[in-house]
Amino acid sequence: MNPYLLMVIKAGLVMGALLAALLYLQWVERKVIAHIQLRLGPYRVGPHGLLQPVADTLKLLIKEDLLAPHVNRFLYLLAPFLAVTLALISISVIPFGPQIEVAGVRTWMQLTDLNVGVLFVLAISSLTVYGIVLAGWSSNSKYPLLGGLRSAAQMVGYELPLGMAVAAPLLLAGTLSLREIVLSQQQFYGGIFPGWNIFRLPFPQVISFIIFMIAAFAETNRLPFDLPEAENELVAGFHTEYSSLKFASFFMAEYANMITVCAMATVLFLGGWLPLFPVEYGSSYVPSVALALAGGLLLYHGLPPAFRRDRLSLPAFGAAALALAVVFLIPAVQALLAPLFWSLAKTGLLLFVFIWVRGTLPRLRYDQLMRFTWTFLFPVGVLNLMATGLVVALRA
Amino acid sequence: MDTVPLAWFLLLSAVLFGLGVAGFVFRRNIITVFMSIELMLNAVNLSFIAFASRLGQVDGQVFAFFVMVVAAAEAAVGLAIILTVFRNRATLQIDELDSLKN
Amino acid sequence: MATAIFLIFAALAVICGLNVVLRRHPIASALWLIGVMVSLAVLYGLLGAHFLAAAQVIVYAGAIMVLFVMVIMLVNAGAEQSSTASRMASFLGLPLLAGLLAVLGYVLWRAAPLAAAAKPKGTARDVGLALFQTYLLPFEITSILVLIAILGAVVLAYREKD
Repeated sequence: MNPYLLMVIKAGLVMGALLAALLYLQWVERKVIAHIQLRLGPYRVGPHGLLQPVADTLKLLIKEDLLAPHVNRFLYLLAPFLAVTLALISISVIPFGPQIEVAGVRTWMQLTDLNVGVLFVLAISSLTVYGIVLAGWSSNSKYPLLGGLRSAAQMVGYELPLGMAVAAPLLLAGTLSLREIVLSQQQFYGGIFPGWNIFRLPFPQVISFIIFMIAAFAETNRLPFDLPEAENELVAGFHTEYSSLKFASFFMAEYANMITVCAMATVLFLGGWLPLFPVEYGSSYVPSVALALAGGLLLYHGLPPAFRRDRLSLPAFGAAALALAVVFLIPAVQALLAPLFWSLAKTGLLLFVFIWVRGTLPRLRYDQLMRFTWTFLFPVGVLNLMATGLVVALRA
Repeated sequence: MDTVPLAWFLLLSAVLFGLGVAGFVFRRNIITVFMSIELMLNAVNLSFIAFASRLGQVDGQVFAFFVMVVAAAEAAVGLAIILTVFRNRATLQIDELDSLKN
Repeated sequence: MATAIFLIFAALAVICGLNVVLRRHPIASALWLIGVMVSLAVLYGLLGAHFLAAAQVIVYAGAIMVLFVMVIMLVNAGAEQSSTASRMASFLGLPLLAGLLAVLGYVLWRAAPLAAAAKPKGTARDVGLALFQTYLLPFEITSILVLIAILGAVVLAYREKD
């Protein structure tokens, strides 16, 4: 097949999936936070509030698009565009699966594999500071300016521990290409224990993983580090003066950054698309089992539902999950989609942790946040990198 | 894939360096002067890397890397100096920074 | 294909460079300078220096220019006023600059070797091997230089808590 056509199809698939995921990640977040707070979350618009993101998008699109006279117009319009574009670009080097063959076309489940893939993702994440800083500056008003500057200082301050946490598993993998990093985690210890970087034997990268997750919370401006966009401290932080689609762009950019950062953590520390136990022990059946369990749970809650409203929706979703579980029993589908399932399951788990932390922890004050990175996180990152380097050098 | 002649890269480097010199000599705002210095450093980096590519060695890239690091250090100290000057004189025009004591 | 990429990004770099020098407000100059740096990063990638292209974006565009932008925002001095410099300099300056560029361009065009390269090396492995073997001493000294710069910046910008 024409390689350009293949690339266009893959790009369309990945971007479509990413945009759909962005939309429904917001639904998941609202539902999870609501259940943590013992309430229901979006429930009325469509079955279990599943049409809520659509409703929100429509609302944001038809809202009045204010262009206040006191803003610096070019930068004001550039900032959300920059934020969204950069957030969507870095997903293009992340591998979601191994090489597959569909209808005679052999291709990797990855848009492109750069031999400096890790540096590319770091570079794009250091450019995302500009979206926020320019939004704050161009609004020509004090709350956005403060929010923008604070966010810039926070993101720059947490980029260093992020880099240190990323560099440690690179020492174990020996390459900067994301595909090769996943492939280097392919071994199983004792035939059954996964050789993911977080368990990798010369030096399990647990500390790096924790530092990466903490720095990732700060880089994506999520609680407990979301003072720049804190609703109750700074009016609305750097996006105070924005409305409708431009406001939505900043949120899209934040969720896209979250997805990218979780996908990076999956690739670097949790073994990407590699299964938890070897295929010989039946790991290809895990998607079926998981979907069957989900279907069973939905049917159990749905068959007499707690609310009359869910009479149709819960059993319908349960039946759909069971049908998918049966589809996943077909070996051809398993070979193709099981790695994708593992990759998405791990990313989804990390996203759930992001949402869980948001619903649970309080916000750090700005000086606490900066002190935390410069006096604790960065030294720990450096020491971890030195320890990993020492162990790798002594073993070689 | 056709290769781009080395002379084109060197010409681009010369043009950017010339622009940097023009900014350095003609502009009055001290931060803009500083940015023209960074433009000159970037132009020189391009030359280094173009030569490294043509000669098949990696030494030019190592030099460019050192230039980047030194530019970072210089930017940090220079901006700290500019901040201090601004605090004391409340101006960034280099025309007005012409006496040692106020 | 390579020629097309070169022409596009070289033109972009020159346009951004012109804007750096010609704009009145320093923040506009800073943003155009970021444009120069990103275009140059693409050109480094074209030359096979992948590691340096990524380092250019991470270090220059992502850290140094953020520093510039933050200082400009904190200082908030506004656009530059036109200068009272000598008119002789304004008259002679631009033609002399054009002359300098013409001479440089001519010399480079005639003297540059057109021989095609051996396989250009630019992966992180190659740069890393050179940095840690041949150039180890400059590498370590540069890290001390950066430390000195950090200390200097902190001392210079320190304000007594009053």
